[in-house]
Amino acid sequence: MRTAHELTVENDGIVDTLIRTQTVSRAEVIAEICAHLEPYRTGEKPIAGDTVIAKDLTIDSLAIMDMVMELEDRFDVSIPMSVIAEIHTVDQLADTIRELRAEG
Amino acid sequence: MGLFDRHAGLLEAYRDVRTTGYDPFQIRMERVLSPTKAVINGRETLLVGTNNYFGLTFDPSCMEAAIEAIRAEGTGTTGSRIANGSYSEHVMLEKEIAEFYGKKHCMVFTTGYQANLGVISTLAGQGDFLLIDADSHASIYDACKMTQAEVVRFKHNDPASLEARLRRLGDKPGHRVVVLEGIYSMLGDSAPLREFVDVCKKHGAYVLVDEAHSLGSLGEHGRGLCEQAGVLDDCHFVVGTFSKTLGAIGGYCVSDDPDFDILRVTVRAYMFTASLPPSIVASVRQALRVVKARPELRTQLWDNVATLYDGLRAQGFTLGPEHGPVVGVHLPDRTTAIGFWRAMLDAGIYVNVAVPPATPNGVSLLRCSLCAVHTKEQLEHMVEVMTGIGRQFGVIPNQPPMRAAAGR
Ligand SMILES: Cc1ncc(COP(=O)(O)O)c(C=O)c1O
Repeated sequence: MRTAHELTVENDGIVDTLIRTQTVSRAEVIAEICAHLEPYRTGEKPIAGDTVIAKDLTIDSLAIMDMVMELEDRFDVSIPMSVIAEIHTVDQLADTIRELRAEG
Repeated sequence: MGLFDRHAGLLEAYRDVRTTGYDPFQIRMERVLSPTKAVINGRETLLVGTNNYFGLTFDPSCMEAAIEAIRAEGTGTTGSRIANGSYSEHVMLEKEIAEFYGKKHCMVFTTGYQANLGVISTLAGQGDFLLIDADSHASIYDACKMTQAEVVRFKHNDPASLEARLRRLGDKPGHRVVVLEGIYSMLGDSAPLREFVDVCKKHGAYVLVDEAHSLGSLGEHGRGLCEQAGVLDDCHFVVGTFSKTLGAIGGYCVSDDPDFDILRVTVRAYMFTASLPPSIVASVRQALRVVKARPELRTQLWDNVATLYDGLRAQGFTLGPEHGPVVGVHLPDRTTAIGFWRAMLDAGIYVNVAVPPATPNGVSLLRCSLCAVHTKEQLEHMVEVMTGIGRQFGVIPNQPPMRAAAGR
């Protein structure tokens, strides 16, 4: 007989597979990132792929890492801190997320 | 372009802070009178921000032990353990800490910062994975900068968030090392350690717990959260400090791993810095005896936590999520926090002020830390003073909120 615990694990697995097999477009990832960054926008210029996250916006490094944690869970990937440090633009962040998804 | 230009933002923030009057980062204790009293700005001040949880800095037996050790062995070791050798007392201290935890091995460091920095950066190497709580102490973050391992943060005190990250690693080769803290230093909240340990077991991850703020305060014998949660055997590495409950300075790491001692010739923060002086080793050994012999200090500490936490809460202050030897009082912004802090100092009460970027989620806090030897009267007075200032600043209502809402 299976325990409730094992059942949960198995359900987890199904959910994971569902998330993973869904493809996400680059536009979708960028839209999600921009939504997270919107509160930190300065001036009229909209946030776009070439926005330099730490420079063009008022977000600090800790808040960037917290946003990355949210994105990690949304797209089911983990981005190592050393990789985050090398990311400057929204485009680069989106590409990193998509590459990691493809690997996973 | 000057060397300091990159700090322009910080310099500006710091200038703002200083315009409020005193500089919270350069407070001078003109004379320290006891674990709970000092003269600041010429005024006798109540200390409620010194991490001196058991008040042992002035324990006569610890002081005598230190003085005797200086007479017997001098003021310093003038070198590291691998270069100048260990004093017998270093070895005995390590043996006593290992015994305290019921672990086989212990290494003592010159500070707790160095213990975390050295041990964490060395345990997880190239090809390994280090998973840290988002609210980790600076020493843990700095270890992450030094390691060759891949570092991933998980959400604070969230075992499901850790589990998602361990699961994503799948069957990639490499060790997994998870770093947790017994009590978090800003808000005084504890890790749900049992749940974390279950997740780690399921995914074959090593667990390291930093008990900096929980040594003495948690567990039946004061061994910390690992003891309280009943998972000491499942925590592969326990790190701690002598600079808080034990009233001195220094750090340690204990483990049952048979090869643990290899860290003595691999951890640079151990190898390339002078070892603890005899006086410190002696007072720490004595302080550990006091922790074992006087469990009533733990009871007194928690009674004091209840007085301050429940008192502030009843007046409508927003506090950290649970009782803890650190009580974090949330304030709406940096300026209010610094103004509040200064008003308290003017009223003769010293606490810490913590503002971004040193705080999680950009919050501004007054950080109070309790001491077993604070009196109930002192703490009730403090609640009164803070209530007055809080109403003046408009951060709490002028009447205590309904009792039902204030209970815990
Ligand atoms: C959680 C935590 N770990 C480690 C340390 C470092 O301890 P030490 O003062 O011994 O360097 C501290 C204290 O600053 C701390 O709060």
